[in-house]
Amino acid sequence: MSTGAATAARPEGEPRHGLRIAVMWAVFTVIVTPLIIFVVGPHVPPFDRSVQSHDQHVVNVTLLTLTVPVVGVIWVYFGYSIVVFRQHGDAISDGPPQTGNSRIQILWLAITSVIVLGLAAYGTVGLFGGSHGAGGGQGPNPLAKPPNASQALQVQVIGQQWLWTFRYPSYGGVETTDLVIPVGRTIAFHVTSLDVDHSFWAYELGVKADAIPGADNVAYVQPLKTGSFQIRCAELCGLWHGHMNTNGRVVTQAGFATWIAATEKKYAGVTKYLPPYSKIYYPAPLRRAS
Amino acid sequence: MEAGSTLSAPGATRNRSFRSQLLGFNVIWAIVGGVVGYAVGHWIGSKIGAHVTSQTETDQDDVAIFTGMFLAVFGWLIGLGFFSYPLWRMLGRPATLREREEHGPWRYYRLCTDHKVVGIQYLVAVLFFFFVAGLNAMFIRGELTSANATFIPAGTYLTLVGLHGTMMLLMMSAGVLGPLGNYLVPLMIGARRMAFPRVEALTLWLTVLAGFVLLSAILLGGFPTGWTGYAPLADQARGGIDAYIMSFALIGISLALVGLNMIATVVTMRAPGMTWNRVPIFVWGLVTTSILAVLAAPVLLAALFMVMMDRTIDTSFFLASAGGSPFLWDNLFWFFGHPEVYILALPGFGIVLEILPVFARKPLWGYRLAVASMFGVALLSFMVWQHHLFVSGINANLRPFYMFTTELISIPTGLIFLNAMGTLWRARIRFTVPMLFALAFFFNFLIGGLSGVFLSDVPSDVTTHGSYFVMAHFHYTIMGGLVFALMAGLYYWLPKMTGFKLNEKLGKVHFWGMFVFFNLTFFPLFAAGLLGMPRRVSSYNADLHTLNVFVSGAAFCLGASMLVLLWNLVWSLILKRERVGPNPWHALSLEWQLPSPPPVYDFDEIPVINSGPYEYGVPNAPPVADLRPRVLANEGGTA
Repeated sequence: MSTGAATAARPEGEPRHGLRIAVMWAVFTVIVTPLIIFVVGPHVPPFDRSVQSHDQHVVNVTLLTLTVPVVGVIWVYFGYSIVVFRQHGDAISDGPPQTGNSRIQILWLAITSVIVLGLAAYGTVGLFGGSHGAGGGQGPNPLAKPPNASQALQVQVIGQQWLWTFRYPSYGGVETTDLVIPVGRTIAFHVTSLDVDHSFWAYELGVKADAIPGADNVAYVQPLKTGSFQIRCAELCGLWHGHMNTNGRVVTQAGFATWIAATEKKYAGVTKYLPPYSKIYYPAPLRRAS
Repeated sequence: MEAGSTLSAPGATRNRSFRSQLLGFNVIWAIVGGVVGYAVGHWIGSKIGAHVTSQTETDQDDVAIFTGMFLAVFGWLIGLGFFSYPLWRMLGRPATLREREEHGPWRYYRLCTDHKVVGIQYLVAVLFFFFVAGLNAMFIRGELTSANATFIPAGTYLTLVGLHGTMMLLMMSAGVLGPLGNYLVPLMIGARRMAFPRVEALTLWLTVLAGFVLLSAILLGGFPTGWTGYAPLADQARGGIDAYIMSFALIGISLALVGLNMIATVVTMRAPGMTWNRVPIFVWGLVTTSILAVLAAPVLLAALFMVMMDRTIDTSFFLASAGGSPFLWDNLFWFFGHPEVYILALPGFGIVLEILPVFARKPLWGYRLAVASMFGVALLSFMVWQHHLFVSGINANLRPFYMFTTELISIPTGLIFLNAMGTLWRARIRFTVPMLFALAFFFNFLIGGLSGVFLSDVPSDVTTHGSYFVMAHFHYTIMGGLVFALMAGLYYWLPKMTGFKLNEKLGKVHFWGMFVFFNLTFFPLFAAGLLGMPRRVSSYNADLHTLNVFVSGAAFCLGASMLVLLWNLVWSLILKRERVGPNPWHALSLEWQLPSPPPVYDFDEIPVINSGPYEYGVPNAPPVADLRPRVLANEGGTA
């Protein structure tokens, strides 16, 4: 990057440092970039169990790849400088008194600005465009909806110290500690809390939404494969925060129909004593632990 | 402005007997005052709290705890003698001015208004609490060698996490401004003191008190919230959170005052000829930090006041069930919290850019750009706070805005890298210990900054938010950035501050240990986060066990490398003292033209500045300052 101006002021006999650095940078980038994409890339979470987790996986790999040329510039430049421009021995001598170069500064500003604008555009498109909300919690009235959000299966996620429960409003408001969802259908998680802040993290599905008392936080997901997934709490919520784990299951559409019918029947006696389904709940005031 | 306010007050140098020193105001009486104040306050508070329902239904009375702590602060300050000067003057009697004594070790144990004494006091306090907080980290990593909660009970574990985070944040926000700022800024701008010496001393003693108040959380049952203190968990927690609130508030007041003092000093007390273009970049780093501190700390104080009222007199700022909102805390805390992150980063930028030219033997490349980018970082840091809340559901449609502003910050921080690269170009680099730490700063901060790009991108943040990825990211910026810069600063300036050389061999052992094990500790934690390990847990998935054992091993070695620093300080400053001359690094800036350590009044006469601080290799550059100016002696920045 400093090639032009530096070589312009190059004294006799001085090697072309800028050119050397540029070549080393190019070699670094050409070798490492494919390694990152093809060797490291497939191992970057959160993989492809849902549309959203696949999108996050692509974003993570893309950003990781973009770091390569940047890391290359800094590592190669610093590495080259501290080897080649090192002063050996105890003698103290001064370097050339350069105080700046406006052409290089403007060029650097321009390049970093383009990168930043590109990143911001990429993130925004990823959020509102292809990514269907990216699996993140987006409040009660999300803008970034998957195409078939109106037919989504509504599942309420209720956090409390230190347990997750799940309500299915379209199935009589039945409440269970098992999260079971059908594959291939859009799910709308309505995340809320009864006491303190929690965060609902369905790891393999690429879903993370804070559970805030008095708030209805919606996150969409479209599972692509059946199988079990981990659920964790990602916001410090007190004593057993680290134990607020459970597993959910993605099952076939038919499997879900069987399961929900059985669950509705099993809990029928309990469901009628539950408070009616609501987007948020206000339980008794929070009490000090004594 | 009579005799009492000139620096060379007669009688200030009078030698006092040991007995007189012991009985005068000092830190012993401060402790006594604090304990008595707490006892009295607790008794008064328990009478008041007896009428508040939420207090009587538990085994702890927060009203009593808070009144106790308020009076403890006053007792502490009375014991130090902060009130004697105004009181004596109000009574019309001559003030004792003991805080202006010029000699003797007693100055270090009580209120002293010499900026060099305050700097050393700050350094000892900050390092002490830094090691305490580091010890907590060792316990945390010890617990994490097992995938299940084993030898530390869950509540104690969370308290350790909270104490580690809060204490590091408290002490590191003051970590450069306090010790290096107070000591060096007057020397660097050609002044004899800070603008408000008594305020300067006050900020120090509030910081010390804040550290001990935070530790008292252990006696009050610990606190479960980590350093972020999220309400309503904070409303629900036991009395330890009162200590968190009080200590954070003390630091908030201290930070705002440090900032005001710093800005006032740099604006008004520069020596003649110290134009804005000649102000050292380290001073610019502290000025921008101070602007952040002054603007951000009051917001924190307001938020802490609210949670204190929630806990004592049953307001409900953060209780959704009673009309409040948990989002209120999130907003207020991060409106402070994100500038706070840059309160931690900017001094680091200042230190490394100050040190690079000295050991590259070249002028700082792009000085004006560096100043501009520091201001850019400071300005932008107030516009990004909701990126901490990307998945919380708050203002979901504003996420692109916060994503954009967050990524914008990489432009000014990238310029800091350009400054360094320009300075290194065709330089004459000497690998001294400070230079090694300064270069490592750029290695670490690059990784810290690039991992921040992942967190700023909403889809990627859904994976990484609240996980060990975040934890690794901010340790790379704060420890890999600020702490490495602080180490560079210590190895660079301690010879000036003490007059003794630091052992270079031990310094290099410390550097390589810290650098290698820092990276071995924190780089794998990016993977732990991506693989689904949430922050602040004491039990995790069994498949992450090997990774965590490796990280813990590296962390213990990192801890051991910090002991090398401690040993180096003891060895070089106490056991095997080796004097250094005024300018061991052959630096050109002003502070190195003074003896090591500088005399009581720094400059015999206010110097006249002739050139910038980085005129390395400039043909016929004049010396940085005329230390014995014949004209102008009493113009401009007289002290």
